[in-house]
Amino acid sequence: MRVLKDLLRDGKFRFGFTVICILLFLAILSFFSPYDPTKWNIFPRDLPPSFQHILGTNSKGQDVFWEATFAIRNSLIISVIAALFSRIIAIIVGLVAGYLGGRVDRFLMSISDSFLILPLLPILILISSLIKGHLSLFSLGILLGIFGWPWDARLIRAQVLSLREREFTYTSILSGYSTINLVIKEYLPFVLPLVFSTVINNMGWSIGLEVTLSILGLSNLAIPTLGTTLHWAINYQAMLLGIWWWLLTPIVISVLLFISLYLLSVSISEYSDPRTRIQRIGIAKE
Amino acid sequence: MNFVRRYLIPRLISYFLVIFVGITIVFIVPRLSPIDPVQQMINTITTMGTYMDPQAIEKLTETLKDLYGLRGSLWQQYLNFLGRFIKGDFGPSFFRFPVPVSKLIADSLPWTVGLLSVSTFLSWLIGNILGGICGFFYQKKWARFLENTAMVIRPIPYYIFALILLLIFGYFLKILPIAGGFSIGTTPSFSLRFIADLVKYALLPLLSMMTLGIAVTLQSMRLIVQNILREDFIVFAKAGGVKNRTLLFKYVIRNAMLPQITGLALSMGQIFGGALITEIVFSYPGMGTLLYNAINTGDYNLIMGITAISIVGIATFILIIDLLYPLFDPRIRYR
Repeated sequence: MRVLKDLLRDGKFRFGFTVICILLFLAILSFFSPYDPTKWNIFPRDLPPSFQHILGTNSKGQDVFWEATFAIRNSLIISVIAALFSRIIAIIVGLVAGYLGGRVDRFLMSISDSFLILPLLPILILISSLIKGHLSLFSLGILLGIFGWPWDARLIRAQVLSLREREFTYTSILSGYSTINLVIKEYLPFVLPLVFSTVINNMGWSIGLEVTLSILGLSNLAIPTLGTTLHWAINYQAMLLGIWWWLLTPIVISVLLFISLYLLSVSISEYSDPRTRIQRIGIAKE
Repeated sequence: MNFVRRYLIPRLISYFLVIFVGITIVFIVPRLSPIDPVQQMINTITTMGTYMDPQAIEKLTETLKDLYGLRGSLWQQYLNFLGRFIKGDFGPSFFRFPVPVSKLIADSLPWTVGLLSVSTFLSWLIGNILGGICGFFYQKKWARFLENTAMVIRPIPYYIFALILLLIFGYFLKILPIAGGFSIGTTPSFSLRFIADLVKYALLPLLSMMTLGIAVTLQSMRLIVQNILREDFIVFAKAGGVKNRTLLFKYVIRNAMLPQITGLALSMGQIFGGALITEIVFSYPGMGTLLYNAINTGDYNLIMGITAISIVGIATFILIIDLLYPLFDPRIRYR
């Protein structure tokens, strides 16, 4: 609780936290939606915003507001799956490479370097165009997770490399701890804060890729996400027809979501780095 | 000799390793999925309304298997795949049938390279200078304003940012063309008018890519500069009475640029993806638009070719930067 209070002193964190809370509320609201988001032509098409439909209706005959709540929920689900999955890979690779060192380390790091450098987008497009339409929320999350780990694996490895030289490592080895016990019980607690601070960044990254893939028509277009909502709006020429409420809703929501996720991650990593925390106090005092 | 052994050879090894890993991913991941691409293609054709008797389907399956390289054991497929890749042979394109994929890519490559190199170079330069100034004068109000602007722009994905610019300049203000690489009806030539036309059409894609690029470079530069400001040689230079201007450009920015070169190499893959996306939004006649057409027509060979070419292209670009790096950093040159 104290940590949260400290964090809330930062304007960046306050903004990000508020926006995320509002979006989460909207996402939860989708469970109480009176309509099925996959059904078409429930309402008259292209109605401008009014009391009955807060954000109007689209050319598919759906309510834009309720559609958006589902979109936020599904996009968040994808990003959480992707973030969790890539965290698992990153932790395993980072711990193994850092602790074992030597040849294993060089092998794992050269693979993660290759993943870092590779042009991700064409590869993702190739893969998802082959399995187009069969991508459920879960499998899209896993697919993004496969590519999201290398940078964080490097961070974790660097942390473990420095932990390995500390005295408690020798103490535990000499007192007969097994390697697995040592790594899980002694190292993991040091690594976890690092993992948490990268989760948010990774979520933003996966939502960005999801939006891009969906706009290109490469995900399952029947599931409403931020990306597929934009895809339909662009495909129906919402710009030319002047149905701005349909197009602007996903744009505004996703821009807010990206900015607030980014601000949250910046603020948290500033907080966890003592040097910048001191600087921040200095700025606040001026 | 020491330089070759300790610097050049490891770089070359990692160059080939990156290409190898990339091509292997491209080979393996589609085969891990439970979906059969041949069956998928046949389904697409039959749902389009074409009636086919079983014999024709049989024949088509065989041809598609040949095209996708799905014959023989997995190991044989892999060797065939590598062999074709080395020869640069990606087969014919489906959507413009007899034309080979390599020809289509060669036609659109110059547009992408032009857009990418101009925007990357300019945004890297401007971002570094602005970021250096921002980091140096970090207590000033305008510096913090610039920094906050960069912080808000940076997380927006390329597609959405380009879309917003398109809406503002193309639809509301109607001052810039919204699609294409040059006006319809003009023939490419070296006249002044054509070049002006080219610039006019490239302006929006460039603006969209550069704004995001500048925001990213500015932020990382500011962080590096703030760390450099704490170093002893800066403190001494200040105490010795070096002018602020000299201090900033000769001492701080020059030193901070080194890690930024590495940073550029690392983020090149992402910037390239952004260029593809930006081209799609503005229908710019480069590889991105070609890729988009390929996706819409289910042209597997073309997507494959573009992916392979971009892996090689990015890896080569990074290799070149790595090889040029000793020119900028004497510590590596004299090691």
